[in-house]
Amino acid sequence: MAARRCLSSVLLFILCTFSVFTITRCQETTLAGDNGAAAGDSSPADTEAAEQTVEQTRWEATEVTEAIPDEAAADKQDSAAPETVAPSFTPPPKDDFQEELVIRPLHSGDIYASFQFRTLWQTDFTRENKVSHYGLFPKSLGQIISKFSVRELHISFTQGYWRTMQWGQPFQPSPPGAELWVWFQDSVTDVDGTWKELANVLSGIFCASLNFIDSTNTVQPSASFKPLGIANVTDHQFLRYATLPREIVCTENLTPWKKLLPCGTKAGLAVLLKSEKLFHSSFYSQAVHIRPVCEDWQCKTTSWELRQTLNVVFDLHTSGQGKREWSLFKMFSRTLTEACPLASTSKIYIDVTDNPQGEQFELSPFTALLTQAVVLGDRRTYSVYDLTQQITFGSVRSLNLLIRWKSSEGDMLRPLLHAERYVAGYGLQTGEIHTLMYNNHPYRSFPVLLLDSVPWYLRLYIHTLTVTSKGKDNKPSYIHYQPSKDRVRPHLLEMLVQLPPNSVTEVTVEFERALLKWTEYTPDPNHGFYVGSSVISALVPSIVAMDTNRTWESPLFSSFFPCKEESSYFVRIYTEPLLVNLPTPDFSMPYNVICLTCTVVAVGYGSLYNLLTRSFQIEEPSPGLAKRLANIIRKMRGVPPL
Amino acid sequence: MGLLSDPNRRRALIGLLTRLNAPICIVCYMAGVAWFMGLSFEPFTLRTYMSENAMGSTMVEERFPAGERALATGREFSAHKKKTGGMPVDWLVKTMQARGLEVFTQRFSRTLPFPDENKERYMVKGTNVYGILRAPRAPRTEALVLTAPCSPGDENNQAVGLLLGLAQYFRNQIYLAKDIIFLINEHDLIGMQAWLEGYHHTNTTGMDWSPLQGRGGSIQAALSLELSSNVVTSLDLVLEGLNGQLPNLDLANLFYAFCQKIGVLCTIQGKLQRNDWDSVSGYSHAVQTMMLMVMKQASGRPWGDHGLFLRYHIEAATIKGVNSFRQDKTDATTIGRLLEGMYRKLNNLLERLHQSYFFYLMPSLSHFVSIGYYMPAFGLLAVILLLRALDLWVQLVTPPPRTEDGDTDIDQQSSPGVLSVLTPLVISHLTGVALYMLPIRFQEMAVEHFPVSETEAVVLTAIAIYTAGLALPHNTNRLLTGEGTEQGWRVLKLVAVLYLAVLLGCTALINFSLGFILALTLVPVAAFVTPHVPKVLSAFVLVILSPACTLLYSVFFFHELQEMPISFQEGWLLYLSVISQGILDHYLYGSLVYPLIAVLVYPCWLLFWNILFWK
Repeated sequence: MAARRCLSSVLLFILCTFSVFTITRCQETTLAGDNGAAAGDSSPADTEAAEQTVEQTRWEATEVTEAIPDEAAADKQDSAAPETVAPSFTPPPKDDFQEELVIRPLHSGDIYASFQFRTLWQTDFTRENKVSHYGLFPKSLGQIISKFSVRELHISFTQGYWRTMQWGQPFQPSPPGAELWVWFQDSVTDVDGTWKELANVLSGIFCASLNFIDSTNTVQPSASFKPLGIANVTDHQFLRYATLPREIVCTENLTPWKKLLPCGTKAGLAVLLKSEKLFHSSFYSQAVHIRPVCEDWQCKTTSWELRQTLNVVFDLHTSGQGKREWSLFKMFSRTLTEACPLASTSKIYIDVTDNPQGEQFELSPFTALLTQAVVLGDRRTYSVYDLTQQITFGSVRSLNLLIRWKSSEGDMLRPLLHAERYVAGYGLQTGEIHTLMYNNHPYRSFPVLLLDSVPWYLRLYIHTLTVTSKGKDNKPSYIHYQPSKDRVRPHLLEMLVQLPPNSVTEVTVEFERALLKWTEYTPDPNHGFYVGSSVISALVPSIVAMDTNRTWESPLFSSFFPCKEESSYFVRIYTEPLLVNLPTPDFSMPYNVICLTCTVVAVGYGSLYNLLTRSFQIEEPSPGLAKRLANIIRKMRGVPPL
Repeated sequence: MGLLSDPNRRRALIGLLTRLNAPICIVCYMAGVAWFMGLSFEPFTLRTYMSENAMGSTMVEERFPAGERALATGREFSAHKKKTGGMPVDWLVKTMQARGLEVFTQRFSRTLPFPDENKERYMVKGTNVYGILRAPRAPRTEALVLTAPCSPGDENNQAVGLLLGLAQYFRNQIYLAKDIIFLINEHDLIGMQAWLEGYHHTNTTGMDWSPLQGRGGSIQAALSLELSSNVVTSLDLVLEGLNGQLPNLDLANLFYAFCQKIGVLCTIQGKLQRNDWDSVSGYSHAVQTMMLMVMKQASGRPWGDHGLFLRYHIEAATIKGVNSFRQDKTDATTIGRLLEGMYRKLNNLLERLHQSYFFYLMPSLSHFVSIGYYMPAFGLLAVILLLRALDLWVQLVTPPPRTEDGDTDIDQQSSPGVLSVLTPLVISHLTGVALYMLPIRFQEMAVEHFPVSETEAVVLTAIAIYTAGLALPHNTNRLLTGEGTEQGWRVLKLVAVLYLAVLLGCTALINFSLGFILALTLVPVAAFVTPHVPKVLSAFVLVILSPACTLLYSVFFFHELQEMPISFQEGWLLYLSVISQGILDHYLYGSLVYPLIAVLVYPCWLLFWNILFWK
């Protein structure tokens, strides 16, 4: 396990990897039988769980691996890949494509839909860089990988802000705007140059303003972003991270993203991706993650994984006319008729955890298949619709899932970890950035890693940095601070902070607003200048472990010690970006007039002052040449001059 | 420049200026006043126009349908308000949540420096409730605010109802690009102050508030709504904020444009616009409107809940519904549509409002006077001070013609002058500081020894200190060892005149109205006062033109302008309450008028008083 050996050298992530690996091991022991057999009439693996449910539902004996956040999924991939890709020991296909849609009805009545598309490309990327044959893997991305020696690439485009307080945690977190982070291979010598070039190429591929990524908004985080695939680099000089909080995401970014899919939008789940509906939502995020993964348990062969995700939250109020019901047609204005023929699996998961007896909402058509997964530290139950089975589509040959709510709106959630950020103060000279991190766990504290990248035109006074929890000073155990250089690089601040249980931790730092040169202002200077989201990475104690009084009945022998596998999980959350007004000259005609007048007045004042303060004397006109000569002679003679 | 470099011509020019000083000053004064009065003459003013492109030609269709339901909500609110005897926090939270907002509350408390007798409050405790409507696909960087104060009694219930109705309506719309914060604040300005301080995490006035849980980024614009009847005849726009700050003129333009579009009568300073500018009554109407604005701006107090936003560079205005006995009434649906339109246009903004003027006066809602037009009026008054200073300087520098060793004479005369200038300067400023500090400090002692309430104690102490300052010249002269010389008072007056010029100049840049009103009264004093004028008459004039008396006239004049004349008795009571309000405004919201008058203007006036009684 190369990944484990390498990661263990990192200060923080020892804990992370350890817990994640234990998850993997636990699953391996509990899982019996393979995935293919389970889809049909499987013998349930979690027998103790299946006994508790209604008779007609069956359990799918697999775990939803995709729902685990990136960090964990990276390692889990090792075990998940052989189970899903290589059933019954046949030689695996060279490329593999899977598609998935997860729908989670949210407490607020909104609905969260998450598309996951995964393309695996079995190629030994370490030996040969030049690849000429492309199957399912998009050529444009494959060329990027080989040309720029990319080890890992993560790019996300998000329109909107994920409302943790109402929606809980997302499967793939992303900050508003565009985010790009790349690990380069250690063979790259000019990392900055390659990074700049790569950003420009990606800008073309995704029709986005990624070409605005330059040294003033790029940082090299030391601990927050670790490789998610198999990796043997931990030297963060090969890592580049940049966000563009101002980036507007729209159809023009979606279209190239859709073209990367093997089936395009012709078949499979991707037919649902109609932009007029996707952009009629509360939150929209699309992402592309490329990373190397292991093909088998011992990591003998490796392959590239391209994971395309699209998360969208539909708003109850703006789309429904007061009726609390959702259907595929209402969400996407399409229904499903077939799976993508190239896909090895094609499934729809619906989160029915809060709805075991159908008391919250009603789901139709009914499916007998259920599955369980530990997602973000919580044990969730999902109804599964397998699109590769014809029976899913029923007699009308089309699947239109319908969720009809029965109860009224829920209250605000209290997620274990959430954060917010704002600018305090008034006036255009100074200000203060406040970052609040809430730990809502009743009795456990946990560490978080805070990453702040602030543009140079906000000059941070780092001596004013304070971290307080419960009114007391909370000393960070690790601080990495890189001061900014004007017009060259931003501030980078990384801190490892322990959040006490049930508390709010406040990080404040004062700043001064720089006065820019007049050509450095954007065309709309009075809009303000953006500061990207802070990134908070944390290992959060799991909800399952917290739940001592389980409603879930389990055998007595299994419930004495809290299960270690689920004791904590990795979460990355992003705060809101900031909009800061800088002192802005009035770029208008009166301003020019004032400038001109001031110049004239200054010139006039100078001469006037000169005249007023100088004393004047009448000077004798200078004598003629003859007279001067005469005077010299008279001087020599010792006679008084004329 | 040749004029000044030639000593003969220079001498001639200076001679002219000193000889004609008095007539020039008088002409300047008259010209300044005439210019100011001319500002409200319509042909001299500009029509308002929308400068901001994003709000200019964009089409907005107003569709708000639910005025009646909003009024019903208002009635429900009023019932709950009566039941709880204050702000129905729980009901508001529940109602806002039902409308799909993220709801938060903020508790605050404030003990006033002395009881506020106008609003009968001393220890204030309250709760603000606000709901944030999150715009779809917006990253929480920008927000707009709509507030309605939860007033005691039966006031403003309709405003709250309409606010909730609009919240519900906007919740179902997809076009929003900025979060909208719907705020219901208790105890009007104090609640507003607490909320704004909480939102920006500052504490300028020593208020206790609980931190806010939810925010929407930087606030771009805000409107405060005051509505106390189901139907209105007209809507009044209030612009004057703290310290005489005004919102960007485009906000007023926006309101005016929508009133025109929807066909609602709109007023400013409660005055309708008139078309007969060429008639005397039409002109005097415009003068009245502008003078009201000048008076309100000069007072430096926030004239609506919007006033406190301006400190944070948030453009804000108050819209007041007025129900008079006119025939054509406007219902709540129309007002809702007006607000909807305004918010949609504000929602379209790409930048903060900055295109139009921040310094202006409005003789009517459709006309304005910009800073370039009104500043000359003040400039003409300020020039008098500079001319007088030049005159004094020339008198000081020119040696008395007949003495041969004039230079040594001046040295001998001006050396005691330094002390004779410094002493009155320091003493009068100490009096000013006493006027600023003592009324609050000594209120308890005053209440113990005299049969007065705290508020009366503060106001009467202030008046007592002010009056006691008039006895200063007597004491100052006693402190000085030698006799005051002729040169001495000239130097003192030169300093005082320049001091006043700088003081008024700075004030007028920040708050034109205050600067102009002060200049109007103080400049004549500064110009004519010498030790040689008849003492009693001059002293009387000086007292009449002192800042305190200016305030007294302003009280009467203000009511005259509002067409609500008051008797002297009422006026005096009002005068006392205005003083207490001014002091309260300073302590509660950070208004600068009281310290400005007490610490700077009053000492400056005392200097002239000193010169009059120079020995």
